[in-house]
Amino acid sequence: MSTPRASRATARRGPLAGHAGEPPVLDVDALLDDPATRIVVCCGAGGVGKTTTAAALGLRAAERGRRVVVLTIDPAKRLAQSMGIDQLDNTPRAVSGVEGDGSLDAMMLDMKTTFDEVVESQASPQKAAQILANPFYVAISSSFAGTQEYMAMEKLGQLDRTGQWDLIVVDTPPSRSALDFLDAPERLSSFLDGRFMRLLLAPARGPAKLMTAGFGLVTGALTKIIGAQVLRDMQTFVTAFDTLFGGFRQRAERTFALLQAPGTAFVVVAAPEPDALREAAYFVERLGEEQMPLAGLVVNRASTLPDGGLSAERAMAGVERLRESGSAQAGLAAGLLALHADRVRIVEREERLRGRFATSHPGVPTVVVPALPADVHDLEGLRRVGGLLAGD
Amino acid sequence: MPDWPDVQLHVVTGKGGTGKTTVAAALALALASRGKTVLLCEVEGRQGIARLFDVAPLPYAERRIAHAEEGGGDLYALAIDPEEALLEYLAMYYRLGRAGKALDRFGVVEFATTIAPGVRDVLLTGKVYEAANRNARNKGARHYDAIVLDAPPTGRITQFLNVNTELAGLARMGPIKSQADAITSLLRSSRTVVHLVTVLEEMPVQETADGVAELREAGLPVGGVVVNLVRPQDLDATQRGELLAGGVDTAALTTELGRVLDRDPGPLVDVLVAEGRDHAERRALEDRQRAVVAGIGVPTYELPRLPGGVDLAALYELADDLRDQGMA
Repeated sequence: MSTPRASRATARRGPLAGHAGEPPVLDVDALLDDPATRIVVCCGAGGVGKTTTAAALGLRAAERGRRVVVLTIDPAKRLAQSMGIDQLDNTPRAVSGVEGDGSLDAMMLDMKTTFDEVVESQASPQKAAQILANPFYVAISSSFAGTQEYMAMEKLGQLDRTGQWDLIVVDTPPSRSALDFLDAPERLSSFLDGRFMRLLLAPARGPAKLMTAGFGLVTGALTKIIGAQVLRDMQTFVTAFDTLFGGFRQRAERTFALLQAPGTAFVVVAAPEPDALREAAYFVERLGEEQMPLAGLVVNRASTLPDGGLSAERAMAGVERLRESGSAQAGLAAGLLALHADRVRIVEREERLRGRFATSHPGVPTVVVPALPADVHDLEGLRRVGGLLAGD
Repeated sequence: MPDWPDVQLHVVTGKGGTGKTTVAAALALALASRGKTVLLCEVEGRQGIARLFDVAPLPYAERRIAHAEEGGGDLYALAIDPEEALLEYLAMYYRLGRAGKALDRFGVVEFATTIAPGVRDVLLTGKVYEAANRNARNKGARHYDAIVLDAPPTGRITQFLNVNTELAGLARMGPIKSQADAITSLLRSSRTVVHLVTVLEEMPVQETADGVAELREAGLPVGGVVVNLVRPQDLDATQRGELLAGGVDTAALTTELGRVLDRDPGPLVDVLVAEGRDHAERRALEDRQRAVVAGIGVPTYELPRLPGGVDLAALYELADDLRDQGMA
């Protein structure tokens, strides 16, 4: 947080002039095998398969000999069960069934417990108890916009400090925007440094300094709107929390620096859809701005086309002629050709979308993962995804 | 007769990537095509509506974005911004004068909308409530026959709509509490339904079933499930069965294809049969999930996956499909 960061409404970044070219291939195995790679962060819009990608990368790295921990945020129930992390205890557990010399631990983030632990580590037991019982704290620690992102970062910092693993793979929360993950510490910082915070602290610090006309107006208005009780709760919370602010800010800054460190690699995950690729584009540009290391782009759930097919137009021309006939075999042939045409159109559209991304973000190593027929919910499935990610 | 004749507020939620915004827009168009005055709202600051309709980014103001040539229906859109909603609310209900400006200057507005838990959601749903219950405080405001809310995703929807619980422990009395009470009474009434969008895959369907259970537990009215991105239906059950069993008469297929394609169909037959088998497998998986969706016990609607993606024309087609199936 020492570096000033741009807001969302920032300028686009790119070559500004250029034509489409094939993007380089993301070499997943080289990334995972490199002992210098210590942290892999998987980010992207919601619903693109971030968690599965993170788990698959973790498993692959472990089976290639590394000591890995995967931090997941909100895994699907069956995937969590198969990895043995379906109980929320905020501690990494060994995943059984991993082959080879490496090891894989996994955990699911418990946002509230993580927050509580930070408070407990920063305050005296008496003060911690006072904070943990405050209704305002209870609400913030369980539903404050950005708490999940911030706590994911906090947990990442904790895991890193133990030195117990040589690779940490992080899944990011299912935010509206992939950028939320990077913005969370700043949001916390603006919370801590905000004018309103200082205002709430004013009575505790001695009213003389801040007892301006504005202050009186604001507390008056607030009492009118939210009532004196809420204002008092907030004041108690802020006063109790005040001494922890420095510690909190320091931790957030350290974690942010960790994300900029050379051993960190961001893997941006997308689906071949306009919205997901747009999010990915913003994220890639933002990483450039923050000087954070981008490993590459994973395009999940891609449609594929076998060799030797027909163009959509020719297939549809055939469908029309067959439909006139009406025999059973003609019906099957027409159906198959129609499906083929549909598939060709989808593949062409996805290729066009990826091509647009590659033009505006050339040089981003990319791997395209074909859509699997069913959800992944066991190690075998993760192994398969890992293979596809590595281009096996 | 449409399925939701007395509903004024349609809340549309869904797992990320299922097409929640597309479905909300199609539903709003379908309602407007029936001659209604409809408001389509978004609350996540994404400008998804502007993008779908290919219009300029929406301000915090109700803008007309579509008009039905027949029947005179109108579709308005609104991007609800919590800060603007708070300032508007304060101006409407409290004559704060200078204090209102001071609140903004002292960072209270920012604090309340980005930091204070629950307040943001109360402000967002509060604006929807205001649009549904226009009163004299908002002079000259439009009355809407229907409001479609492109809401946060399924994983967060109950928390989002359950404004009272969210505020519990924070504001136990006072104006914010009574505002939350009023919103809650609208959201729990028969004037509101929550529709869930899903695709026929295991995880989104499971999340939909869980979401329905959560909504019901919270006393929020569940509407329909919209199954989006359904695969093409070019092969019937018999044909799919043949493909799965490997019992396709390839010789006859080769003859048929050879008849209509001006090339040797030989290698093509294997490609098409492989594609067909893959499709049949996925359809079987879809059918299994369709049964789970049916088990939820609410009206369901299906929308096709359009190979060209979603543009304005596609929205019209989807709106028409929803009308045909009785959703609007």
